[in-house]
Amino acid sequence: MSRFLIKPELPYCKGCGHHLIVRNTVKALEALGASPLDVVLVTDIGCHGIVDGNFATHTVHGLHGRSVALAAGIAMGLPPEKKVIVYIGDGGATIGLQHILEAARMNVDLTVVVHNNMLYGMTGGQPSGLTPTGFRTVLTPQGYPLPHHDLPRLVLDAGAPFAARVVGLGDFSDVLRQALEVEGFALVEVLEICVSYGVKMNPDLGLRPDAQTGLGGANPGPRLRELARETGYEPGVWTGPTRPAFRPARRETASLLDMPPVLPKHSSPLAGRMTLILAGSAGEGVQQAAELLAQAAIAAGLYATKKSMYPVTVGVGFSTAEIVLSRSPIFYHGVSEPDVMVVTSADGLENQRKRIDQMRGGILWLDASLPVPETGAEVRITDFRGRAGARNAALYALLTILRATGVVPPEAFLEAVAESPIGRHIDPSRW
Amino acid sequence: MNETRSYPVLVDGSRLIAEACVRAGADAYVGYPITPASLIFFYASRRFPIALPAPDEITALQWMAGLSAAGHLPVSATSFPGFALMVESVNMAYMMELPMLVILVQRLGPATGSATAGAQGDLFLLNGLMSGGYPLPVFCISDLEDCWLLPPVALQTAVDLRTPVVLLTSKEMVMTQESFDLARLAEIEPVHRTFYDGPGPYCTYDPGDGLVPPFLPVGNDQHQVRLNASTHDRCGIIQHTSDESMANTRRLPAKVESRTPVLYSLDEQEGAQTLVVTWDITSGAAREAVAALRAQGVPVSLLIPRTLLPLPAVYLETVDRYPRVVIAEENHQGQLAHLLFGRRIPPHVRLVTAIGRMIRPDEIAREVVR
Ligand code: SF4
Repeated sequence: MSRFLIKPELPYCKGCGHHLIVRNTVKALEALGASPLDVVLVTDIGCHGIVDGNFATHTVHGLHGRSVALAAGIAMGLPPEKKVIVYIGDGGATIGLQHILEAARMNVDLTVVVHNNMLYGMTGGQPSGLTPTGFRTVLTPQGYPLPHHDLPRLVLDAGAPFAARVVGLGDFSDVLRQALEVEGFALVEVLEICVSYGVKMNPDLGLRPDAQTGLGGANPGPRLRELARETGYEPGVWTGPTRPAFRPARRETASLLDMPPVLPKHSSPLAGRMTLILAGSAGEGVQQAAELLAQAAIAAGLYATKKSMYPVTVGVGFSTAEIVLSRSPIFYHGVSEPDVMVVTSADGLENQRKRIDQMRGGILWLDASLPVPETGAEVRITDFRGRAGARNAALYALLTILRATGVVPPEAFLEAVAESPIGRHIDPSRW
Repeated sequence: MNETRSYPVLVDGSRLIAEACVRAGADAYVGYPITPASLIFFYASRRFPIALPAPDEITALQWMAGLSAAGHLPVSATSFPGFALMVESVNMAYMMELPMLVILVQRLGPATGSATAGAQGDLFLLNGLMSGGYPLPVFCISDLEDCWLLPPVALQTAVDLRTPVVLLTSKEMVMTQESFDLARLAEIEPVHRTFYDGPGPYCTYDPGDGLVPPFLPVGNDQHQVRLNASTHDRCGIIQHTSDESMANTRRLPAKVESRTPVLYSLDEQEGAQTLVVTWDITSGAAREAVAALRAQGVPVSLLIPRTLLPLPAVYLETVDRYPRVVIAEENHQGQLAHLLFGRRIPPHVRLVTAIGRMIRPDEIAREVVR
């Protein structure tokens, strides 16, 4: 018995092609001189997936269709000398096709062995994405009407350096050995017949016992080659351009807390709490202006929070920020009725119209281009957009309010602007 | 961090979470973008020793399981639509007993809902996440300091219990920028982790005298490792419903029930007749409500759970001591209230709920003095 197996009797129906896949895998691994603990066998759901108990390698038995993604995670986490092999059926390859294509595209160091018996064996013989046209299954007794996926072609298209298709008869261990030697993604599709369902539904396959395989039971023998040809399942070995296998390198990174402190160089007359809403349009610097105000408030010794609201389309429509400034710590940073509402564009007005309507006090700072809405707030109209341009209207509006109220010293705000990335491009003190 | 001098910054929870994870020893982040968890993905991509963008959330969880199987400690963050795709794979990792951390940032549902609106609507989902109803450790962030303190606890729990762990939070918690003194952050102890180094054969799911089997990565040179998401015996061999495999399956909830750390804050006031219970983002409103009530001379107590699941018995004991309980949470039906009291909420328990907006302090205070 091979050192890769701990039990020679495999858990499959007599005559099932899965037997030969295991024997050829073991032979290929022996030819490579690998040791069992250098190998991780990841199995999918299906009859093939219960074979891990036979293997002396590391074994991982996961979910239906996900084994290639699971194995990719393992391969990315292990050193290159380890071999990660995936056993998956045609059903698993169908549900998990994206995982196969992604692993091929990334060139993850894996060998994927697809047990293609052209139907779902474990669940009773239903057709899969690899069932060929005309093949009869329990659900398609008249013959399957659609063409099958061409897996080797798909993975080569996705960037795999190696793909092969073999008819699962006799010794195909050399193809598996080649696949295992590839540094990167390799897929071998093995065509076989499920003797329980494929044979029963397709009596014209011309089954006969085949003493040579030594497997006993029914074996489709040479008719499998013919079937492969008739259904466009051409055997072959194909290679794509070679490139390094994908291995995530560990990197050194810097702390996310290496950020300059906002030191309290200024002071503020604010005794309690002030809430402010800044409403404008996406792309007009609303969020950045609000963040700079929050920073200026911290520099003035206050507590501050800043929240952003915008539609899912980040680049168009409204952009609103809610700011809370406070002398004491802020636990609740929501804003229901703001003390100050600043509106710099029509999008912002539309977004905040209901809240503006409900304001019973406070101040509404409104851009001069906008119609004056119904509100209980005191309205102050200023030409923010005309004076500073649309892109800087929000920034200028906040500066205007600070100049008028002094709740945060305007100098603190100007300093925050100057120290920010936009400080190189604009000088709001000139407005 | 300097203990004495203050270090004020404007910071969001996402940044603290990502930094805390790395300092605690998480070494791989697998991400798929989704609002409102993308900010964590952004920071993690800059900070984690290994950061991998996945093509979808199923792949993300499978890669994490693979990395975990190989001995890494992976983290991802997502929101409901992505989490829904992860559910089968989280079950897989639970069954395989693979440590990992999933940060679930709640947003308004159902379905895609409103990606940029917060919510506390996924507690029911987490309570029934495992087929069979087995408990998963779930911790919940209630303020910026928790963004720093809870990731290490969650990661240590994942390692100690060999299980996926969920760290629950929500949009306004991880995306709101707040003034914060970084000097308040304590040093983070890296997660303590050991691998099996005994004699062979190694049985992946043999817990010895305890409840948690020692871990050994696949691909190691010492012993064969077998991982299995199907019902299995102590050695990871698939079984139907053998006694040994059923004992193994029963061990999974037992380890989580008995060994998940119980973290909460209970601020009790002498003479208080009412206990306010809240979690996640509503904790801030509750703190303000309680402070305002006390300032008015109304005694009131406050319970903020950080361990949400499995639901610690101490919460039930605590609510039982109060003639009135006010439970505030940003969802439709009061999910924590249902976990505490069942579908028949007794009359002495008052709910403050909302969807599509944060609950205000005055709503909680009003219910307390009612
Ligand atoms: S049911 Fe089909 S695929 Fe499964 S072991 Fe039997 S012959 Fe093989």
